Amino acid sequence: MRSTTVKRSAVALLAGLIALPLGAWADWGALNMPVGVSELSADVHALHMRIFYICCAIGAGVFGVMIVSMVLHRKSRGVTPSTFHESTKVEIVWTVVPLLILIAMAVPAARVLIEMEDFSDSEMSIKVTGYQWRWHYDYLDENVAFYSALDADQNLARQLGNDNDLERFGESYLREVDNELVVPINTKIRFLNTAADVIHSWWVPDLALKKDAIPGFINENWAEIEQPGIYRGKCAELCGRDHGFMPIVVRAVEKEEYAAWLEEMRAEQVAAADTALDERSHESLLASGESVYGTSCVGCHQKEGQGIPGMFPAIAGSAIANGDVDTHIATVAHGVDGTNMSAFSSILTDAEIAAVVTYQRNAFGNETGDSVQPAAVAAVRSSASAADATVFDSEGVLR
Amino acid sequence: MSTNDQVHDGGHADVTHHVPGEHHDHDHHEHGPAAGYWRWITTTNHKDIGSLYLWFALVMFFIGGGMALVIRAELFQPGIQIVDPMFFNSMTTMHALVMIFGVVMPAFVGLANWMIPMMIGAPDMALPRLNNWSFWIMPFAFLILLSTLFMDSGGPAGGWTLYPPLSLQMGDSFAFVIFAIHFMGISSVMGSINIVATIFNMRAPGVTFMKMPMFVWTWLITAFLLIATIPVLAGAVTMLLTDRFFETSFFSAAGGGDPVMFQHIFWFFGHPEVYILILPAFGIISSIIPTFARKPLFGYDSMVYATASIAFLSFIVWAHHMFTTGMPLAGSLFFMMTTMMISVPTGVKVFNWVATMWKGAMTFETPMLFSIGFVIMFTIGGLSGLMLAITPADIQYHDTYFVVAHFHYVLVPGAIYSIMAATYYWLPKWTGNMYDETLGKWHFWISTVFVNVLFFPMHFVGLAGMNRRIPDYSLQFADWNMVATIGAFGFGFSQLLFVWIVLKAVRGGKKATAEVWEGARGLEWTVPSPAPYHTFETAPDITKFAVR
Repeated sequence: MRSTTVKRSAVALLAGLIALPLGAWADWGALNMPVGVSELSADVHALHMRIFYICCAIGAGVFGVMIVSMVLHRKSRGVTPSTFHESTKVEIVWTVVPLLILIAMAVPAARVLIEMEDFSDSEMSIKVTGYQWRWHYDYLDENVAFYSALDADQNLARQLGNDNDLERFGESYLREVDNELVVPINTKIRFLNTAADVIHSWWVPDLALKKDAIPGFINENWAEIEQPGIYRGKCAELCGRDHGFMPIVVRAVEKEEYAAWLEEMRAEQVAAADTALDERSHESLLASGESVYGTSCVGCHQKEGQGIPGMFPAIAGSAIANGDVDTHIATVAHGVDGTNMSAFSSILTDAEIAAVVTYQRNAFGNETGDSVQPAAVAAVRSSASAADATVFDSEGVLR
Repeated sequence: MSTNDQVHDGGHADVTHHVPGEHHDHDHHEHGPAAGYWRWITTTNHKDIGSLYLWFALVMFFIGGGMALVIRAELFQPGIQIVDPMFFNSMTTMHALVMIFGVVMPAFVGLANWMIPMMIGAPDMALPRLNNWSFWIMPFAFLILLSTLFMDSGGPAGGWTLYPPLSLQMGDSFAFVIFAIHFMGISSVMGSINIVATIFNMRAPGVTFMKMPMFVWTWLITAFLLIATIPVLAGAVTMLLTDRFFETSFFSAAGGGDPVMFQHIFWFFGHPEVYILILPAFGIISSIIPTFARKPLFGYDSMVYATASIAFLSFIVWAHHMFTTGMPLAGSLFFMMTTMMISVPTGVKVFNWVATMWKGAMTFETPMLFSIGFVIMFTIGGLSGLMLAITPADIQYHDTYFVVAHFHYVLVPGAIYSIMAATYYWLPKWTGNMYDETLGKWHFWISTVFVNVLFFPMHFVGLAGMNRRIPDYSLQFADWNMVATIGAFGFGFSQLLFVWIVLKAVRGGKKATAEVWEGARGLEWTVPSPAPYHTFETAPDITKFAVR
């Protein structure tokens, strides 16, 4: 009697719980691997579906026999148990048949794998470098290179306890960057992945690309995109605190549009280099400093510069942000050894470091009134090496 | 049936030892356990040490589970509401270390301690003092590991795989993590040596290798895997230690080292390790299904060979964890083929269990329910494992929630279910009392519903592009993450029911017979319930009893 009650209650609970996620089924597209936009990604998807159907068939067979057995061969039906406990014939069959299935699966898988590893005849190369926590793209032989980090607006919204309305970002939440990687369609592009600090992994599902970016190594990868569009991806290898926040956005465009974009970028970068060390107004430094803070500092030092006690020191009222300017610049530029404070000298330009240092010295209640100019950063950068950073202990205090 | 006759028949060379008598209550015997807490500290009795391991695993199960609930609570909704990403990473790292080294492994060692001597007709483990030591190192190792969470530089946050250079960014508490891992390793190796020595030397006359119960076989092979691989892990983490504190460059490219080499060394340990976490489970299930099907295990010989093949193959598949690191094509093809081959002996095992059920006369007590749940859900995890073997597809699955779903299916409704099944199956033998069958069935059904609500949706979000080890995710993954979190809390809290059932059976309940289960075979069922403090001081006459 009691076990019937158990059964009935269990069935009721099961039904309730199956009904629960029904609401989540509104979007079936979000349930499977994308077919993607290259021949290779379609091949990978086909392999995935083939092995999936094979697994379903095996599962249906095994579970089917189990269920039939559980229904028919129960003691309560008064059956007498058989005593058989081996059958060489059956055992050979269920060893050989799976082997044949595996061979049938291994052949197409090997074919796709060989295709994936064929880097010949690539028409252009982009070096992808992983940093904690952003990507650097270098169009080899094109003189165009830039960093790409999580969109500043989203970076603020994702901070602990920021009770933001995330809905406004829609499906692109945590998938929007400041600078997109623009590439031409119908071109065999070779990606060269490496990293500057720890291991990252450059993953764009629609291109069926995922390869680790490893410091000291260069990994190859290739894609030939067939349709223009925006394809989003993420870092796939745990790379520290903000691993979840280094998205990838690839914008694939027609070849002509790509050429024009490349021209524009080149001109922009040349212009930026020419004016890099120009004197800037206090207001313009503060304004760009706030946005640099939003992409590069806020993750650890927090929105109000309060830091996280015990983990990340505060900037508000700190000795560095209210003390000697050059020390402050050196801390940002060279980082602090043995802590999570990275060296930003290779990530940020002189103008950006100048701006963010200015901002930090005049925000969160810090009132130094300083305007730090790019030239001052350039001076610190050239005079000092990373050795300077070691004069600070892990709290950022001068020893 | 009872062993009393046979025990009394044998002469006792060592009269200072307790002789199992007609009475289940042996308090009035002078050679029982010491009184008070001192008993547990100084004990060299395999049953006491087995209990210690099992209680330890249970406590750690709730600590590791609490960490999982922190993870799931943070992932309940998009956005970061509860913990800093750094602490989140500590939780994922610690959850894995605690569940692997603190729950599944000690629980299996506890079961081995309790059951192997009784299954092979031995009076105790071969090395009783070593046995005490290998247990008592563990609580200290875990105290050290968990204490890092309260240190300034925080707990380990680079994932349980400790990949450099990331793991080398950790503060000074890293040294404590390495130290703790060394001690867990020493404990495991000593435990394994003891198990091998016991099985090789202590079998009762007539208990040949091919007569040993499957649980003994699978543990024998597991013990060899442990002895072979734990030193490899020890080497790898020691190199991390010197890289971090003594300026070596084993894994730093800037100093001429190779960060990928760590991954090769780690997974040379790590892949056999995953079989360490599942082979004893195979043994448990191979004991329980025949009992409740009232029919001998189908294909015993092929089960033994399959287990050995899996163990062998586990040493030549490690790089399938590393398909995205940029291996030579020949390497990728080799590791794809060997990985696919593992599904053959694993398939043989599943088919054998189904064939054992076929034409039996089954009843569905709680141990059988957990075993059937194991076979079905482990197979689901095995099939997703087969998908993961297909390298081009694996490159897309790698480091997504699809992988998280896969290994949780084989570890939770796999390894953990087998431990639950074993507990229900042997609890009457350990305590002398039957557990509450109604509550046991409730425990099974609630757990099974929630464990699927928890892990099944992870397949979908993984395929759709949600990467693992992230504290926040894009909005399109929100619904399934919410479902998974509900499943996690349901599953987590329903385990309190398990604790209640166990405590209830320890305190009392319907008295169990010696045989306990109608269809049970094996020497452990020939001794009274509860099993006397000392069993088989003289070897059983195995011509009278079935060993398996």
